[in-house]
Amino acid sequence: MAFENEDKANGYWSENLRLVLKLLAIWAFVSFGCGILLVDVLNEITFMGFKLGFWFAQQGAMYVFVALIFVYVAKANALDKKYNVHED
Amino acid sequence: MDVQTLTYLIVGVTFALYIGIAIWSRAGSTKEFYVAGGGVPPVMNGMATAADWMSAASFISLAGIVSFTGYDGSVYLMGWTGGYVLLALCMAPYLRKFGKFTVPDFIGDRYYSQAARTVAVMCAIFICFTYIAGQMRGVGVVFSRFLEVDVETGVYIGMAVVFFYAVLGGMKGITYTQVAQYCVLIFAFMVPAIFISVMMTGHILPQIGFGAEMVDAAGNGTGVYLLDKLDGLSAELGFAQYTEGSKSMIDVFFITGALMFGTAGLPHVIVRFFTVPRVKDARVSAGWALVFIAIMYTTVPALAAFSRVNMIETINGPDSTGVSYKAAPEWIKNWEKTGLITWDDKNGDGNIYYTNGDANEMKIDRDIMVLATPEIASLPAWVIALVAAGGLAAALSTSAGLLLVISTSVSHDLLKKNLMPDISDKEELKYARIAAGLGVVMAGYFGINPPGFVAAVVAIAFGLAASSLFPAIIMGIFSKTVNKEGAIAGMLSGLFCTAAYIVYFKFVNPSANVSDNWFLGISPEGFGLVGMFINFGVAFAVTKVTKKIPDDVVAMVESIRFPKGSGEAQDH
Repeated sequence: MAFENEDKANGYWSENLRLVLKLLAIWAFVSFGCGILLVDVLNEITFMGFKLGFWFAQQGAMYVFVALIFVYVAKANALDKKYNVHED
Repeated sequence: MDVQTLTYLIVGVTFALYIGIAIWSRAGSTKEFYVAGGGVPPVMNGMATAADWMSAASFISLAGIVSFTGYDGSVYLMGWTGGYVLLALCMAPYLRKFGKFTVPDFIGDRYYSQAARTVAVMCAIFICFTYIAGQMRGVGVVFSRFLEVDVETGVYIGMAVVFFYAVLGGMKGITYTQVAQYCVLIFAFMVPAIFISVMMTGHILPQIGFGAEMVDAAGNGTGVYLLDKLDGLSAELGFAQYTEGSKSMIDVFFITGALMFGTAGLPHVIVRFFTVPRVKDARVSAGWALVFIAIMYTTVPALAAFSRVNMIETINGPDSTGVSYKAAPEWIKNWEKTGLITWDDKNGDGNIYYTNGDANEMKIDRDIMVLATPEIASLPAWVIALVAAGGLAAALSTSAGLLLVISTSVSHDLLKKNLMPDISDKEELKYARIAAGLGVVMAGYFGINPPGFVAAVVAIAFGLAASSLFPAIIMGIFSKTVNKEGAIAGMLSGLFCTAAYIVYFKFVNPSANVSDNWFLGISPEGFGLVGMFINFGVAFAVTKVTKKIPDDVVAMVESIRFPKGSGEAQDH
């Protein structure tokens, strides 16, 4: 086993799950939340010439998606190092 | 030089490039054929994935769909990009660590069952064929429009090129060709979009121009914002508000979900993450793929809005009563010849007029929006030629990726792992090439004789991926308890419910396909998300009442959860 003991293995996995769930919450919030469920409320606000809800649905959600993946990459790589399970 | 000569020139140069790359990178082993030897650098893999993903439909039709449906078109924009977040966070790294070649490989091993593997193979093959039929047709249409050859001849030329580099090069040839194809298609898409953005708003970035104030011919601000203008025009002509759309909220929610989860379950996308050297690379290459996809997908809605305003203003004129047919711009007459624009002078005043309802005199096909943009904006001839080459690059790259999954499914999952376990690597490679060859021929057949149901089956492809493969993979990684019985029951029930719902409304009783008859107001396109929940529910319930999973499978799940020791994609 790559981990020193069972506790480390569980610790790594639960930290990883927490990271993924946090990022997926943002993922759902910008798309299903701002782009769909809250769209009418946000459309009252104007942002750079857009109605804000419409902007999330056709622009903003996609920018956030890209950012989320790169944040995940950085944090997951750091987590691997912390538990010494990174690749050589 | 005229448009046609330029088109021949640019298309010819790009084809020569693709074939050159194929010869340089041909595959010598099954590992090179299936996963490019597992040695593709992440940025290149991201680019190839993006080219694979953006099909003729994305390139040609998507902006048109958004242009005609406004806010409703967001389901495709969010759905087809959001799936990559799921891929990067929940699937790519673990499947790369697992380290074999295909999605059925994972499902077969994780659920220790040939039956599960076979269900997965069938889903994979069906999904790929659904897709590829449309691609070859796209090749034929571009050829016939811009090079003035028959659609059939166009399909034959496309078949020959794809056959050459997919059969010879396998995944290795395809990956490096797709990198070139991405560059061609993104350049071809962005150039007209930037031109038109500068013309209408004075902004170089279409993403900014989209929300900006419009400018007049001299470049002075008019004080009218593009989107306000568009909402005003829509209201005036009796369409739904552009920024609000006409679909119900629950339907938008479910379609977006079905497309997102479906994207993350598509075998030709997932297999991409088997081709990089390390788990780390699988994570970051999903990020690069989405960057390259988002460049186009954030431009699409901007282009859609620009061309909508342009089109309405050109047809209806400054006072919104229609312009005289005789004085209409050249592009309307050019596209009338192809039958994609038709004019019916209902009130006999000799003017063309576009509106919602009975007074409308113009029928305009959505597919012309991207292809006609350079003409509508009076751009130079080389831009028109470039758009033709871009459309071909999009269609060819997607076809090749799909063909590879079909050939892998046949030679690896069906023959090697099921029917003929004793064949050597060389023989398996031979069968893979034969399967790819047969795949090209079948795709060509569908391209020449397109089944009328292509558009309808795309809904099925995403629905099936979301309701069958996606949950099986996710449970395989994130659960150590879901067993063989649970997974198979889950896949079959998700698959069956989704397929039954779609087939009923699309084929058995199409006249009943209205929101009053839908389950909770969810259209067939969005039902995959319901199927996904059914799959998860059934799988957990069945797992509760059947045998525990074997210890060695638990150990395997534990081992794919961290990167260390990934090595190269395993030989088998």
